[in-house]
Order: sequence, then structure tokens, then C-alpha cells
Amino acid sequence: MVRLIKNLKELYRFRVLIQNLVSRELKARYRGTVLGFLWSFFNPLLLMSVYTIVFGFILKPRDPAFDGSPWFYALFLFCGILPWVWFSSSSIESANTLMINGNLIKKILFPAEILPIVTLTSNFIHFSFGLPILLLFLFVFGKTLTLYALLLPVVILVQYVFSLGFGFLISALTVHFRDIKDILGNLLTFWFFTTPIVYSLNSPPIEEHPAIKAILILNPMTHIMEGYHDCLFYGRALHWSSLGIVLLISLLLFYIGYAVFDRLRDSFPEEV
Amino acid sequence: MHAIELDRVTRVYQKYSARHRFQTFKSALVKGDLFRSLRPDELVVALDKVSLHVEKGMTFGVIGENGSGKSTLLKIISGIAKPTSGRIKVNGKISALIELGAGFHPEISGRENVFINGIMLGLSKKEISQKFDEIIRFAELEQFIDAPVKTYSSGMYMRLGFSIAINVNPEVLLIDEVLAVGDAAFVPKCLDRIDDFRRRKKTILFVSHDLTTVSKICDRVAWMKGGKIQMLGEPKRVVDAYLQDVVFKQEEDFQERKDQIPAAVTESSPPPGPEPAVEDEKREQRWGKREIEIRKVTLRTARGEEKHVFHPEEGMVIEMDVAALDPLKDFVFGIGIFNSQGISCYGTNTDLDDLEPVSISGEGKVTCRIERLGLINGTYYLDLAVHKRDGYPYDYHRNLYSFLVSSTLRDVGVVRLSHSWTFTPQIKFKRPGKLDKG
Repeated sequence: MVRLIKNLKELYRFRVLIQNLVSRELKARYRGTVLGFLWSFFNPLLLMSVYTIVFGFILKPRDPAFDGSPWFYALFLFCGILPWVWFSSSSIESANTLMINGNLIKKILFPAEILPIVTLTSNFIHFSFGLPILLLFLFVFGKTLTLYALLLPVVILVQYVFSLGFGFLISALTVHFRDIKDILGNLLTFWFFTTPIVYSLNSPPIEEHPAIKAILILNPMTHIMEGYHDCLFYGRALHWSSLGIVLLISLLLFYIGYAVFDRLRDSFPEEV
Repeated sequence: MHAIELDRVTRVYQKYSARHRFQTFKSALVKGDLFRSLRPDELVVALDKVSLHVEKGMTFGVIGENGSGKSTLLKIISGIAKPTSGRIKVNGKISALIELGAGFHPEISGRENVFINGIMLGLSKKEISQKFDEIIRFAELEQFIDAPVKTYSSGMYMRLGFSIAINVNPEVLLIDEVLAVGDAAFVPKCLDRIDDFRRRKKTILFVSHDLTTVSKICDRVAWMKGGKIQMLGEPKRVVDAYLQDVVFKQEEDFQERKDQIPAAVTESSPPPGPEPAVEDEKREQRWGKREIEIRKVTLRTARGEEKHVFHPEEGMVIEMDVAALDPLKDFVFGIGIFNSQGISCYGTNTDLDDLEPVSISGEGKVTCRIERLGLINGTYYLDLAVHKRDGYPYDYHRNLYSFLVSSTLRDVGVVRLSHSWTFTPQIKFKRPGKLDKG
């Protein structure tokens, strides 16, 4: 634990480097594209459109939370997909980041834990590009924003800690077990559907099946998503107790993830 | 005060077996040995209890064959790799030129890369802004600095990398063979910079295969062999000892090759045609009816020891065991030396040297003694022949024997002429050896 804190302090010294690497990531990602950073917005928008057409217009939401309106359903989707894309793309990139930046680890004295942080943070920037557009949509489609929207940073923080712990864990393990990349893709699909993103946690079919509901409740991402829905879509207070528990779980995951990362660190220069 | 202190540093590398390579996460989970499976099956000792003290302000050279542990040593000192056991201490800010431009991102501009790379190497943003122009000027990239790095040539890439790293202004500078890729104009510039460092009393650890540079710029040299420091001391002595070792290896290689020659010759040797012109294109050949046969060829030093690697200033003795089937009265012995481009460096025979043949019968020995070889470094091939005065060959050996000339001398051309320099007092030179430390 002492070592963890010492390392975190060390990390603070590298904040300028993190900052620069994040901006390098952002610049490099859309270099050469016509729309540039607008892709950060178009990607979730296109994904949302597909789900809106399929689930909103073809299957029609029966959930009373959406008043039978496909547009409300679209907004609900958007509230969930945006943070989910942040989580899933940073997880997938974390799995690769040590290998992609193998040059840095092998040839320069470089604290490797910066890499998952940079991955998560640059994806966070993409996420935050999408946020104003989400807010605009909420306004246009007649959802009134409440003061609870100001609690959004709390939810974001919990997700950040959770994703970072997860990122440390998989980035370190993928160096030794390349299979994780493939496992992760499938895991994330499964995870996506066991998180209330395309449906609401309180929709009638879920309430009727306590077993399914129990699984959803055990999923930490459920509570993070509910946090976004509470702040933005429902405009109501956060579920503090469950979010607090998730924060504790996130800190634990962060601790475990970092410990594994730290333990495997010395093997990175040879294995990546 | 020591800048670098290593105390019994050992580094063991893990060499995974093929079985482990295919070990997967799944099987690790199934067997429940996630962490145990990370343990290696075989170990390679890259550094074996190396203790080393480098004084502050010293330029320290490290030489040795590939795989002798030089780079591992550098990586350990720079902190990129951790020692398996032992203690290491570095006093002062360190900058490692292990691979130039290692952190460059190809998609973004040179300018942005300078900043990010500089920060990675430990500069602050402000420091980089101050040194930016200097970095670009040194790299000679003023016109291209805003182009993405992926459009750079490898030379430009290297220049920018070197320029950033050298501007980090460290107390301890580690250099790993990075100058090998620079062009003729840039390398002296880099060496100038390194000299500048020496003058400012910074510590430099210099790993290189360029023995001339090593013996020129270093105060002390360590020779690494098999993960250990084989020898440590005054540059000239260590470099010489290392060269001796290399020559010894080459000698063994030549010995092996020589042992293979007779077999190869007998296979290609029964050419009955006595027309050398036709066979001329072949690189290695033997022809003639062998009325007089060259049975064995030995190369020796002037002192008589058998050898295949020579120093340019050394003498060489070519010894031929010959045998005549019947007594003969018309015969010439000749030698020819060719370099690897096929250029005849020297040739002579008994006839050209005005020796009149009288008689030969039975077995005998022909010795040609060259007092001073006087060739530049390289591989040479020998033609040896015995023939009639009109050119009819008895036994002609083309390029069947080779030897190597190896030294730290750097002169060029075909032969090394004996020479010396003198100057009137108005013209002054420093004698080779130690550089001036002012």
C-alpha cells in the first residue's frame, strides 16, 4: 500500500507527459480524416441510431419509462452508450497499449503505468466531446435538465477509477496471455447486454425475473449506468449507497489491477 | 566520486520453451497456475555478477562481441531493465542513447515529437522551448520540422533523435552504438558533441564496435565476454587484447575452412584440359597434370608459427611441399596475392626473380619469405603454381588459400606503403593516443 502511494506520487511528476501523450493520441487518431474529432461524436450517434431504429421503431419499447416514445428511448440509449463506448474502447485499447508502445518500454526509461492511463484519458476526452451534444439532444427532445445533472462528475469519477483498475489488470495480463484480446471482445459484448443500456433496470420483464435482476445488480457497471440515467435522463438524485459500494469495489479493483501490473512490470521489456 | 556503481549485478533472462509460448490464459486458469506458469523454463545469464565503478567525468568504453552483455549492461544502468540481483547506483541525471527516436509517433509533426520526446527524456516544457531552435539546427531539420515524422528519411529520424537526447544535458550519458547509422557529415558532428561533454566533465558510457573511436575517446575500457568483464583498463591494452581474441577466433575459422579445402579440391581437380584461359572465370580451381605437384601449403609468420590472420606490418612465409614424379629441368614456382575484389595485389615467380631452374627430383620444400606484408585490412586469396617457363602448368592452384589482414590501422587503397610524416615547426599536430583533456 505504501508502495502504491509512492508510485502514485511518482506518477504525479509525469502529469505533463501524460497530458502530452493524451494530446498526441487525440491528434494522431483523426489525422488525415475529413471530419476529425467529430468522429468522437458520430460514432456513438450512428450506434445509437441503429439501436433506436431496431429497438425504438421496430420492436417498440413497452417500458413505461419511455412513455412509448421512440425519441425518449433514443435519449435513454444515448445516455448509456456514450459512457459505455468510453469504457469498452479504453478496455480494448488498454489490452494492446503496452504492445503498441513496446518501443517506449524497451528503449526509454519510461513508467509503463502511464500507458493505460493515457488510453483511458484520451478516450475520456472523446467521451466529453460527446457530452455537450447529448445535453443538446436532451434539450431538443423535451427532457428538462435538473440540477442533478451537476452530479455527473461524481459518476464519471467512479467510472474512471473502475476502468483504470480494469485497464491495469488487462494491459498487464495481455502481455503474457495474448488470448485476452479475443476473450475481451466477447466479454464486452456480454457485459454490454447485462448492463441496463438498451433497456431500463426497472423494465417489467426484468422485475418479473428476480434471478436476472440479481445478476444485473451484481454488475458494477449497472450502477454506474444508472448514475448517468439518474443525472441526465430521469433527472433525479443518485442512488448514493449503491454508487458508494461500486466506488469501493472500483478502488479494490484499482488496487488489485495495479498490484498485478506492478508485479509483472519487470517482465514487460522482454515480453512486449 | 563515482558516477556509476555496480555491485555484483546479475541479470538473468528468461528463455521460454516452445511449450510455454503456446501456453494460454485458458490453460493457465484450468491448471490454476496463473503465476507459476509465468516462471521461465530456461534461463540465460546476460550479466554475471558484474561489479563496475565509473568515476565522475570519465569516458568509459565497453567493447565485446554481440551477445556479450553490453546492451544489457547499458539497459540496467539506464534503469530500463532491472537487475535480477545485485545493487546499482547512478549519481546524477542520466540520458540513454539506446535507440534514437524510440518514442516518436509517425503521424504527428517533428515539432510535436520534439516536445513529447523531450519530456519523456526528462526535460520540462520550458527547457524544451528554450532549446528548441538549437535542437532543430543541430538536426538540420529547419524546413521539415512541421511535417509528420513518418515522411522523414531514416537519417533525418536519427538526427532528430540524437539532437533531442544530447540536449537533455545529463550528468551521465549512455551511448549504445547509435552512431553506426549516421552519414559521413553527421557522425563527426555527434563526436564533437560527445567531446564537448568530455570537456565539461560529464560521465559517458560508450558501447561500440568501432574500436578506433573507442580507443581514441575513452579513458578506460571494459571488455565484456559472456556476461562478465573480461578485462578492464587502459584503452589501447584492452582493445589489443580484445583484437587478439577476435583474431584467435578468426584463426580457428580459417583452420576449419582450410581443413575442408583438400576434399573440395579433389572433387573439382581432375580437369585434364591444360587451358588456364578457359578455367579463368572459376574462382577456386586447380589444374595441371602434376608432373610436379604442390602437396601442401602452409602460411607462417616470420617467426615460423602457422597463422592465417596477419598484421599489415608483419612478415609472411609461404611454404609449399612439392614433389616431382620424374626429374625435370624446366620449372618455375610462382605466387600471386589477390584481394577480395579480385585485384592482383602482388605477383612474382622464380623466373621473374631471375632464378634459373637447374633440376628437381623427388620431394622438396619451397619457401617464399615476405619480409613485410604491407597490405591493408581485408581478406586475400593466394594463387600458387608450378609451371614450365613457357607457361605450361604442372600444378596450378587458383584462390585455394586465403588469409586475413586485420588491424586497427585505417589506411585505404590496395597496399600499405611504408611511410612517415614530418613537419616543419610551424605545423603542429597532436600525436595519436590520448586526446587533450582541457
